Amino acid sequence: MQMIFFILAGVALVSGGLVVFQRHPLRSALWLIVNFFAVAGIYLLAHAEFIAAIQIIVYAGAIMVLFLFVIMLLNLRQPEEEQRFMHLGQKVGGITLAVFTVLLLVYGVCKVVLPPGKAAPPGLGNTESIAKLLFTDYLLPFEVTSVLLLVAIVGAVVLAKSKLK
Amino acid sequence: MVVPVSYYLTLSIALFALGVIGVLVRRNVLVIMMCIEMMLNAVNLAFIGFADYFKAVDGQMFVFFVMTVAAAEVAVGLALIVAIFRNRGTVYVDELNILKW
Repeated sequence: MQMIFFILAGVALVSGGLVVFQRHPLRSALWLIVNFFAVAGIYLLAHAEFIAAIQIIVYAGAIMVLFLFVIMLLNLRQPEEEQRFMHLGQKVGGITLAVFTVLLLVYGVCKVVLPPGKAAPPGLGNTESIAKLLFTDYLLPFEVTSVLLLVAIVGAVVLAKSKLK
Repeated sequence: MVVPVSYYLTLSIALFALGVIGVLVRRNVLVIMMCIEMMLNAVNLAFIGFADYFKAVDGQMFVFFVMTVAAAEVAVGLALIVAIFRNRGTVYVDELNILKW
């Protein structure tokens, strides 16, 4: 179990690094799909089967296809002679900030004392329990989510139709 | 042989840091958006780890909503990028300085 976790974590980290340091955005997008699949495998290990399926369908399926469409639609200049990173000061500053963020996160996580974990409650499977919670306790956020998606659709159509003046 | 919650958090922090580096260092706005997706994914991983630890489904509900917001954000963001590219002819963030004066 832990062996599988380490393998998947390694795949996720390596592909994540390749997303950041790959030259062409198309290759970044393809490595990001690998990253999403590895994380979906980790979701399966954590007994979140429904979320793993949604991760593959929504992220690796829908969102990444959208990214690939836009990358190919824009038909960018040849990136070989382009500078792919910001200039040096910004690069050093960015990595410094990232390291500082990691230190801050590790400090915050280490301060928390967790109560002991519980045994799994018997009964419903993963998808059933999610559905039960979604349509009882989380009904209002669920409905608000549908409004959010409607706003996103309208916004995307409006932005894609008109030229920004 | 269950995976301890600290492993999930460590991986989550590492992925989040990679996303931060990508957002701050890269020039291409498409890669920056991909790194934002990676950061959202790292946060989802922390949610899933805690949901597994506490044996509560509420964490998975939050992942569900985060994914919805991410999908909406990508749809609007990519439409914006296409509109800006048609208008300005570039996707490099250091050339998109119309808000600077």
